[in-house]
Amino acid sequence: MNARNILTVYLKELKDSLRDRRTLMSTIIIPTLVMPLLTFGIDKVMATIVSRAEEEIPSVAIIGGADSPGIVAALKKSPKLRVVPLPADWKKAIGDKQLRVAVELPEKFEAGLKAGAAPEVRVYNYSGELKSDFAARAVERYLTDLREQTVGDRLGERGLPRTLARPFEFRRENVAPPEKVGGNLFGGIVPYLIIILCFSGAMYPAMDLTAGEKERGTMETLLCSPVARVDIVLGKFLMVLTGSLSAMCFMLLSMGTTAAIGGSLMMSGGGTVKVGAGAAAGKAALGVMPTIDPLGLLGVLGMVFPVAVLFAAVAFTVALFAKSYKEAQSYLAPMMIIVIMPAVVGMLPGIDLNARLALVPILNLSLVCKEMLSGVWHWNYIALIFGSSCVYAAVALALAVRMFKREDVIFRA
Amino acid sequence: MIEAHHLTKTFRDKKRGEIRAVDDISFRAEPGRIYGLLGANGAGKTTTLRLLATLLQPSSGTAAVAGFDVVRDSEKVRAHVGFLAASTALYGRLTAREMITYFGQLNGLAPAEIRIRIKRLSAELDMDEFLDRRCDKFSTGMKQKTSIARTLIHDPAVMIFDEPTLGLDVMTARAIVRFVRECRDRGKTVIYSTHVMTEVEKLCEQIGIIHGGRLVAEGTLAELRAKHGEQDLEEIFVKIVGVEDKK
Repeated sequence: MNARNILTVYLKELKDSLRDRRTLMSTIIIPTLVMPLLTFGIDKVMATIVSRAEEEIPSVAIIGGADSPGIVAALKKSPKLRVVPLPADWKKAIGDKQLRVAVELPEKFEAGLKAGAAPEVRVYNYSGELKSDFAARAVERYLTDLREQTVGDRLGERGLPRTLARPFEFRRENVAPPEKVGGNLFGGIVPYLIIILCFSGAMYPAMDLTAGEKERGTMETLLCSPVARVDIVLGKFLMVLTGSLSAMCFMLLSMGTTAAIGGSLMMSGGGTVKVGAGAAAGKAALGVMPTIDPLGLLGVLGMVFPVAVLFAAVAFTVALFAKSYKEAQSYLAPMMIIVIMPAVVGMLPGIDLNARLALVPILNLSLVCKEMLSGVWHWNYIALIFGSSCVYAAVALALAVRMFKREDVIFRA
Repeated sequence: MIEAHHLTKTFRDKKRGEIRAVDDISFRAEPGRIYGLLGANGAGKTTTLRLLATLLQPSSGTAAVAGFDVVRDSEKVRAHVGFLAASTALYGRLTAREMITYFGQLNGLAPAEIRIRIKRLSAELDMDEFLDRRCDKFSTGMKQKTSIARTLIHDPAVMIFDEPTLGLDVMTARAIVRFVRECRDRGKTVIYSTHVMTEVEKLCEQIGIIHGGRLVAEGTLAELRAKHGEQDLEEIFVKIVGVEDKK
């Protein structure tokens, strides 16, 4: 092994890759754009859709109510509801989104209320349809207010205080520090994104430097040089690893910037971060601005490194076997699913790290990253995961070197 | 100097079983002379040259190139060989200068030495105009010149050409042939594989006819003519190959 030759091959591959648009897309551009797009793009679209649905005054039809004119008149007067005549086939109208909701008032509803009976009002809607759900909620709010008003009136009639029916209030408050809140919020998605980007960052350089070179005929040119094959494979492998790590670093940088911009917009009350999910939702629900523990993030970086080596070596080996860039793509694209599956499982709530799961590659990283970002440091598991990841990475790298020495692989036609 | 002794290369094929691509070949190519390896497509020329350039390892037999064994000292062999084939392409995203520099570095040359050699090669091959342009924008002629400069940057003692004029236009092919002669005139050992008879007649002092992985005839053009009673090399080739096929 000759370090000078490895460096020469690596620097050439780096220069070459920086001039390749596909590699730049997968290692720099997409990782940089993914977080702002997720946060400001998709969240913004979601927020717009939700706010439009909220702003709409829903159409409501009343079933029955002929003997309850007071309630019907009050419903019609409500500025948040638009009472329309009941269609003949009102169920179909709800299903066709022509009517948002229907309210069925039981017979002699008003009289029943006065008599102290407990009549049941039914609200019919298109469950799961956003605007119909909002309409149902608006009707339910109206009915809840009416019920509280009725209780208050009855208590008043008997000279009793209103607090009799509501003897105490309560309020929920978050006491966890912002980084724990952030870790809990982002702990699932951050490792998931890191794993995907690490693999996709390795994919394109791996294909270009192996199958791509075979296809273009430059592999044979390179093999004519007096450099040992192990030096060539290590130089190329380092470039693939650079692709993988740069994808992760650009994603983390972009995530930090996005969080900073998003945070300042939230603090200043900027309208653009009126989001349905993510940090703003966290703040709304918990009363704190969620942050990510920098120490946890550093821990994640350390844990990701051997997995990036594993990804780079596996992508390199698989792509090396292919005769052409297209063939390499057809091998590596399905591998993305194999990589995503354990990452998704790691995101699921209720799956906790244990000694057995600590040996399952990718899933172990996903689980330990989630813990570290939440400020939980299980050192025995961390050591087990780091050690096992290093072993897997070393085996994959040895396999890559071995494959590169095989004539039937290098000259496969 | 190239010396091959009973060089054999077999491949395993799932459908056809064991294939002897190179079968017990022995020959000797000397400095200042061009050894022509003549054979039809699939005869075993490329495999033989890849064995000599240490891109492949022999299944049995040995070969020494520039005094080094192709198995034991493969890196030293490659350091003394310039290999040019239709299948050895250029890095499209590098400029000609970057391409030649890269191979100079891989051959362990110092940066100053690489600069001097590139300047000299660029002048000799008339490359100044396109030296700093990317290879993927080159014409075939420019590509061939850059490939030649790449093979010569470390001034190898042995030059191996595997069908270097394949698919080239007449002018570019003539330039290659001229370059091969120059290599011989500089005292390099040259081995030249082709299936074009006229190139062999024009260039080669020694000819080896390869068929079915075996070296079926060897000698100077005059010796082959005398032995087979034909003047035309194509007729000699057909005669030899025909006899071999009947065996």
